[in-house]
Amino acid sequence: MKEEIIIAGFGGQGVLSMGKILAYSGIMQDQEVAWMPSYGPEMRGGTANVTVILSDNKISSPILNKFDTAIILNQQSLDKFESAVKPGGLLIYDPNGITHHPTRTDITICTIDAAAECAELGNAKAYNMVVLGAFLKMKPIVKMENVIKGLKKSIPERHHHLIPMNEQAIQVGMNKVIKK
Amino acid sequence: MAEKILLKGNEAIALAAIHCGCDGYFGYPITPQSEVMETLMAEKPWETTGMVVLQAESETASINMVYGGAGTGKKVMTSSSSPGISLMCEGISYMAGAELPCLVVDVQRGGPGLGTIQPSQSDYFQATKGGGHGDYKIIVLAPAYGQEMYDFVDLAFELAFKYRMPAMILADGVIGQMMEKVEIKEQKPRWTAEEIIKNAPWAATGKTADRKRNIITSLDLDPVSQEKHNIHLQEKYRTVEENEVRYTEYRCDDAEHLIVAFGCMARIAETAIDRAREEGIKVGLLRPITLFPFPKKAIENRLPQLKSMMSVELNAGQMVEDLKLIANGKVPVHFFGRMGGVVASPDEIYEAIVKRFK
Repeated sequence: MKEEIIIAGFGGQGVLSMGKILAYSGIMQDQEVAWMPSYGPEMRGGTANVTVILSDNKISSPILNKFDTAIILNQQSLDKFESAVKPGGLLIYDPNGITHHPTRTDITICTIDAAAECAELGNAKAYNMVVLGAFLKMKPIVKMENVIKGLKKSIPERHHHLIPMNEQAIQVGMNKVIKK
Repeated sequence: MAEKILLKGNEAIALAAIHCGCDGYFGYPITPQSEVMETLMAEKPWETTGMVVLQAESETASINMVYGGAGTGKKVMTSSSSPGISLMCEGISYMAGAELPCLVVDVQRGGPGLGTIQPSQSDYFQATKGGGHGDYKIIVLAPAYGQEMYDFVDLAFELAFKYRMPAMILADGVIGQMMEKVEIKEQKPRWTAEEIIKNAPWAATGKTADRKRNIITSLDLDPVSQEKHNIHLQEKYRTVEENEVRYTEYRCDDAEHLIVAFGCMARIAETAIDRAREEGIKVGLLRPITLFPFPKKAIENRLPQLKSMMSVELNAGQMVEDLKLIANGKVPVHFFGRMGGVVASPDEIYEAIVKRFK
């Protein structure tokens, strides 16, 4: 198993932390992992993206041209990364605020209306976990028990009481992802 | 079983420093390595191992604090990024002259000048050819994985003390900022005062009646005796070249073409090599782990089977000069690189492989 993922959106949407939780879940499943953020001036108030690789084998390049999955949370990122999904790959996006929708026919395209689902949950901070749930439904590359272990490792102990809420948000994402 | 945790390369450096029994860290913040000091400050090792962590007023001050600590036989270190290392070069030269062990971590960014904050390898010359003045060398380790960022801290101190010379971990923004799985080792105790006297009998630990004064200096106004010191240093560097070369090879057994790359570029090249191999291009990778001492013999040994070599670096072609000396006209040495903080992608390297080797 080797899954190469790009997660891209605005700074503040939890792009980097979603990637970190996913990477930690991989470690809990005894996989090799890499988490490579874009860093620099472009992150301050602008777009944020992170490459996450989970693999059964040692990881060579953390810098990638093509991805198995793109998780896209804003228009700029969709414009930038739609073409970077490998043929047969997966593109998940939040349609909220998207005016130019993806047009490729050689990949699987899914939507998750994460903002609306968060509003229903009454917790805007669970946004990235809803999105993570949508991804894990489409590609169950890590077991739920390892995701929870990954969450525990990623979140400071003083916030561990929020883990059930995060788990619930992941479940919502799993239930509400729509394959187009 | 040892714990495996998700760490940025910079965080791995900080934790490794605590775990290997480092006595002191002195530094000044600069992107892309600020997490080294941030992590140390958060871990508060002064409450556990007694390790000192101090933010100095500048890089110049940091390296001179390291100089002072090293003179007393302590395991001391600093970290910075390219422009900060330039400021430290005077101190590194003095420590090389005074034969003091220390660890300097350089998480390189694009230059010259303040340059960019993105990854680069453009300090290869500075690290391996001096940087500061005078005929000196430092041990230079080039990690390519988060685990190596962690492991090389202990290794760098071991080598620095073994040979009484500064050691450097020459990383880059990719390895510093990327998070990977890192296996954590057991806490080593810091050396006691008795252990320092035993392990570093040259150190300024307070003169006792049974020995002469230990003097830490890089100054010798007598040219004849200074030359003697230079000869001694050069002999030491030859011993290091004899004993401490480290490298890895990837798909080299039947290779007709050899890529030489270090740090993050070695990993990116590996992916390109896998793709080129699918096309039937017989290309392999040699990754120097030690940039000084450089794996000259390992590359020389591969020459008879090679049609050409290519250096892949995030600079204008610095290591390529060392490869040309080794090739000595027997095979052509090509170069592919990006500069200024742009990281070469596997596709670009693949295209360079096809262009040069097919």
